[in-house]
Amino acid sequence: MELLGEGKKVLLGNEAIARGALEADVDVATTYPGTPSSEIADSLSAVARKMGEKGEAPFYFQYSVNEKVALEFAAAASHAGLRALTCMKHVGVNVASDALMTYAYIGCRGGHVIVTADDPSCHSSQNEQDNRYYARFASLPMLEPSSPQEAKEMTIEAFEISEKLELPVLLRTTTRISHARGVVELKPLKMTSKKGKFEKGGLTVTVPEVARKLHPMLLEKMERARELSNGSRFNFIEDFGGEDGIIASGAAYNYAREAVDDMGLKCRIFKIGMSYPLPEKKIIDFLKECRRVIILEELEPIMEREIREIAQRNDIGVEIYGKGFGKLERYYEYTPDIVYATLAEFFNLEWKYEGDVREAAPRPPVLCPGCPHRATYYAVKKVAPKDTIYPTDIGCYTLGLLPPYKTADFLLCMGSSIGSGCGFAYSTEQKVVAFIGDSTFYHAGLPALVNAVHHNHNFVVVILDNFTTAMTGHQPHPGTLLDGMGYEAVPMDIEKVVRGIGVKHVEVVDPRNLQETMEAMRRAMDFEGLSVVISRAPCILLKSKTKKEREIYQINQEKCRKCDVCITRFACPAFYHDEGGNVRINEALCTGCGVCPQICPFDAIEVKK
Amino acid sequence: MKKSVIIAGVGGQGVITAANILARASLKAGHNVVTSELHGMAQRGGNVECNVRIGNVYSPMVRRESVEAIISFEPLEALRNLHKVKRDGVVLTDVNPIIPPLISLGIGDYPPVEKIFEEIEEHCTLIKINADELARKAGSILTKNIVMLGAFHALGIFPIEEETLLETIRESFHERYAEANAMAFKLGKEAIESVGDMH
Repeated sequence: MELLGEGKKVLLGNEAIARGALEADVDVATTYPGTPSSEIADSLSAVARKMGEKGEAPFYFQYSVNEKVALEFAAAASHAGLRALTCMKHVGVNVASDALMTYAYIGCRGGHVIVTADDPSCHSSQNEQDNRYYARFASLPMLEPSSPQEAKEMTIEAFEISEKLELPVLLRTTTRISHARGVVELKPLKMTSKKGKFEKGGLTVTVPEVARKLHPMLLEKMERARELSNGSRFNFIEDFGGEDGIIASGAAYNYAREAVDDMGLKCRIFKIGMSYPLPEKKIIDFLKECRRVIILEELEPIMEREIREIAQRNDIGVEIYGKGFGKLERYYEYTPDIVYATLAEFFNLEWKYEGDVREAAPRPPVLCPGCPHRATYYAVKKVAPKDTIYPTDIGCYTLGLLPPYKTADFLLCMGSSIGSGCGFAYSTEQKVVAFIGDSTFYHAGLPALVNAVHHNHNFVVVILDNFTTAMTGHQPHPGTLLDGMGYEAVPMDIEKVVRGIGVKHVEVVDPRNLQETMEAMRRAMDFEGLSVVISRAPCILLKSKTKKEREIYQINQEKCRKCDVCITRFACPAFYHDEGGNVRINEALCTGCGVCPQICPFDAIEVKK
Repeated sequence: MKKSVIIAGVGGQGVITAANILARASLKAGHNVVTSELHGMAQRGGNVECNVRIGNVYSPMVRRESVEAIISFEPLEALRNLHKVKRDGVVLTDVNPIIPPLISLGIGDYPPVEKIFEEIEEHCTLIKINADELARKAGSILTKNIVMLGAFHALGIFPIEEETLLETIRESFHERYAEANAMAFKLGKEAIESVGDMH
């Protein structure tokens, strides 16, 4: 296991954070998986399982039901005096934010690092919100690494700061940090197993009287954090001569630093690693020594506004450039091209923005060959009226958006399929069929379903139960037999849960049986009131991990009438037209799921003998 | 010293594994190395790109017309990344198209492969190999990424000893694949040597 090695290793940014937590002797780690954060927790899960095999794992790890619970669990661990790590993607912090905002008030005891992995350019997210605002919003310190090495070091430092200030510390990455690999120097592991003790009687029950005491105390802690920021080794200046300055953080620093070499820039770079509170004294000195300063930060002009304020309050006449200058925008991630072109303009250099992007047909992700969601969508489309509204949710099945299924009309966040389903059912006379995955159902679908039952909203909820959290890398969830440490867990039964909260019409189908699934969908749609169909079949990628003899399929060319239903309606990626226009099945892609023979009107799809 | 390569292909072809091997071998050879990759929604049969950069580098991302080579596991993916390779750089590509599923539905168009190759040749040096065929010859289509690494190694762009790369490949897989992988690497390498010194 690369992560448990020694010396210098090439690690993913996320793996480096996991290693940092292990070097800091973390006691409790919790998460809900989400790209680009997932590998932090997956690495810790793998370590826990591996070490658990040889006796007791030296820390506790949990894939919690959602980010809020993950944070609450770890906050309690911290108040028992243990070191805790909680990681999530940027929008996960929204889920956890109800706990986070008040947690800042009561603070922590054992060091607690909360990782937020942001996703500028929305590579795998529904928005590109800038979670640096959460540091300001909640009043919590924030560190931002630029490389895997820094990610590891900052994780360790964040534990130290957290214990010094008795405040949880936010560690913010972006996709280009979490999913970059780089050389990381590994230090000895200190992994000890321990239980803590909760000392009663502290200011930990936030009734109004207590909360009013805590708020000024929090602000006082943040003043001390500002001092730490001024002294932080992660806020440093590199001097390449000249009288102009660059202030940069995160991924933007990497591009700027390399531009200095490539373009031979004469300047000083102020690299901001502890980005909240900003190191005000150091910034004042820097601004005074510069004629002009350009601020390179992705997404919102957060540092820029605060630095402009610092300059104004201290009467410093330096020219400050930021968003709106050169190619610097408030949306999408920065690229080396954007930063080089902008710096060329700033330093008044000739720099060609070279290379035209070629037209190349898009190759978006699609549902895998053999994916049971395809069968579910096919069955629903067969029986649903054309104007049926399909609220969808977060998971692989969001790909139902693509043609030919187009079974995704509305999406906000985890669990929104059922909440918005209630609203569409009331507000229209159209049929409503909401799709939600098993992990997402437990995460945020459950309260919405309670709402739907209580108010007797008339629509169909299809729970796509594929036994795993597929999109983020097959993590367990409350329905699985084992937990994230490989221990036996108590699996929920979705059907019992749904019946238990009072849904009257519940059916369970295997979508690979199309006829049965279509009939169940029709009954559900005809039912007056709320109905739930649990469409249950394992993720095909799980299945191929336990691969048995598989029967694959081929087209009987004598029977095929080239109606193309398999290509244009079912759209499994294993089907293709050969050069002669005949339909073929790619044997390497066919998983033998057995659904396509049921959709062929001419019985032309047969088991290959 | 600064050298960069893009490894491109389609989800499931072993692109990320190849990038990872090259990165670890680079460190073993004493180079600083950074890479980039994308996970999650960006996979699932979609296009995959990894950058591997060695030497005096900070950024895992690359500029237009800045990389020494593209190693593409599929022709269209070479074209998609072509603007990032230097005019005096190399595109090393497999010749077997994988048609994106949406094209079967009439969305987008896959140009004739010859057209793709022409466009690449207008930009830089093109080296084509039939890596699918070589991988099958080595024992499994799954060794395609190792065929591509063998071919890339023969171009001599990254200063890494052959044995270092082979050792990293051996460490990356179960013993039972060692023979097929060694054969795949050799076939890839020989495919380039038979083309002659184009670079």
